[in-house]
Amino acid sequence: MVTLSPEDALSVSDLRKSYDGNEVVAGIDFRVTRGTCFGLLGPNGAGKTTTLRCCLGLTVPDGGTIRLGGHTVPEEAEKARANVGVVPQFDNLDPDFTVRENLIVYGRYFGLSNAAIDARIPDLLDFAGLVGKADARIQTLSGGMKRRLTLARAMINDPDIIFLDEPTTGLDPQARHLIWDRMKQLTTRGKTLILTTHFMDEAERLCDRLAILDHGRMITEGAPRNLVATHIEPQVVEVFGDEAADWAREHDTLGERIEVAGETAFFYCQDVAPLLSALHDQPGLRYLHRPATLEDVFIKLTGRELRD
Amino acid sequence: MSKATLFSLPRPGLRWLPVWRRNFLVWRKLALPSVLGNLADPLIYMLGLGYGLGALLPEIGGVSYVSFLAAGTVVASTMNAATFEALYSGFSRMHVQKTWDAILNTPLTLDHVLAGELVWTASKSLLSGLAILLVIAMLGLSASPLALWTIPVIFLTGLTFGALGLIICALAPSYDFFMYYFTLFITPMTLVSGVFFPADQLPPLLHAIAAWLPLSHAVQLARPLLNGQIPANAGGHVAALACIATLAFYVATILTRRRLLK
Repeated sequence: MVTLSPEDALSVSDLRKSYDGNEVVAGIDFRVTRGTCFGLLGPNGAGKTTTLRCCLGLTVPDGGTIRLGGHTVPEEAEKARANVGVVPQFDNLDPDFTVRENLIVYGRYFGLSNAAIDARIPDLLDFAGLVGKADARIQTLSGGMKRRLTLARAMINDPDIIFLDEPTTGLDPQARHLIWDRMKQLTTRGKTLILTTHFMDEAERLCDRLAILDHGRMITEGAPRNLVATHIEPQVVEVFGDEAADWAREHDTLGERIEVAGETAFFYCQDVAPLLSALHDQPGLRYLHRPATLEDVFIKLTGRELRD
Repeated sequence: MSKATLFSLPRPGLRWLPVWRRNFLVWRKLALPSVLGNLADPLIYMLGLGYGLGALLPEIGGVSYVSFLAAGTVVASTMNAATFEALYSGFSRMHVQKTWDAILNTPLTLDHVLAGELVWTASKSLLSGLAILLVIAMLGLSASPLALWTIPVIFLTGLTFGALGLIICALAPSYDFFMYYFTLFITPMTLVSGVFFPADQLPPLLHAIAAWLPLSHAVQLARPLLNGQIPANAGGHVAALACIATLAFYVATILTRRRLLK
């Protein structure tokens, strides 16, 4: 049955959660429109995982309200999860089972009959690029195949909303592109995706909207292209070399903003012509001129220092 | 998690069945070594000690030593099977393979997972106890139809030790932790609960304490039944096991919620 509800797939308002007096999520608000891909970005410890766990009803928040697929979470989390698929950060496929058995056993958790699951398996294997692997044991699958099976497993109940927690971490570029392609197919089919990732190119490519979290707060939210347009100068020149840092300090008028990290100087510019001509006279320095990306926004908003 | 959520009574209903079926499917694939381990080890002890040591011993309570030991072996091997399953296999699924995490992303809850694990643990230990029972019958060590009543006793014993094992599983930082439970609880209990020798051989104080242990209740139910007698105070022993099982399962639920649903 298709229910055409005007309600958002997910809405979170004033979400709060503390552990031992330490506020990990400190008042987060966002809404995810049906049929779109929404990204949750942030450095390690920003509160992404806690936010996801709250949305799924696995962690009870200290405050705030969550509506997932028309249900209030955590009170109606079981009902909400019936219409949700989850691709967890770490594969937790059953190592003792074959591909098919993994799908059957997982489908039963949703109350599906063996016949109903069997009927879905060919499509799911096709979707995951695992045709002919139904009887393969999990140990014989590559990392990319396991991820795709995890994605197929998350689709066993034909959910409307799919959570993907760092779905491409640890994959080679080929496997990553295949996952991206499948995610695009899902949004084309009207599914709602909620994605966390550390890969800015992934977020920029897939997300209709995204939020950047840091220290439990949402720093900004919007369409990736708009975030790049509002938060940062359009052009970036990265200057490399032993002398780059010193040279950048001496030429700090050539960019609106300059950041130095190790042996690289980042010039953020409206107009790069004067900078590029100055660089022409410096054979000891190499440089890369590129348009600003989401990663530049991310670094600007969350800083360059390491998070552990 | 609020106190009310943390301490609320488990409400698994019957939706734990898919969890039980998952474990059953794994067991079916690995059944042969599992059955061998559950059956061979206790049988070697029972037959070796029973006939070897039994040749040196007089009858105990009107039965041969091997018959006496057989009743103890049934419940002790049930206890061991349930304990191993709840500790090592449970911990693998909870902590190493993250099987429980995968299930929690479906409409099932931790209450369903734990109930499925508990009933599965009891089911697996039932198989282990039944296997010993079968050997006892084939050796002619018990001929009474009352012996069939040991089957529910075995299941109840499995539930009790499964629930106790789930508490330890919820507390364990790693597999090494389980050695404490075996060394400090399971092994001494096996020695003082009347499995190998009548518990009234113990010093009176130790005997009085031992009588409260879950394995003692199980022994005092299983031994008379296998000898063709109705156990004295059967209701009391059943109630004691049921109480320990219920309370332990509740505690295990709270501890596992605290561990996984923070």
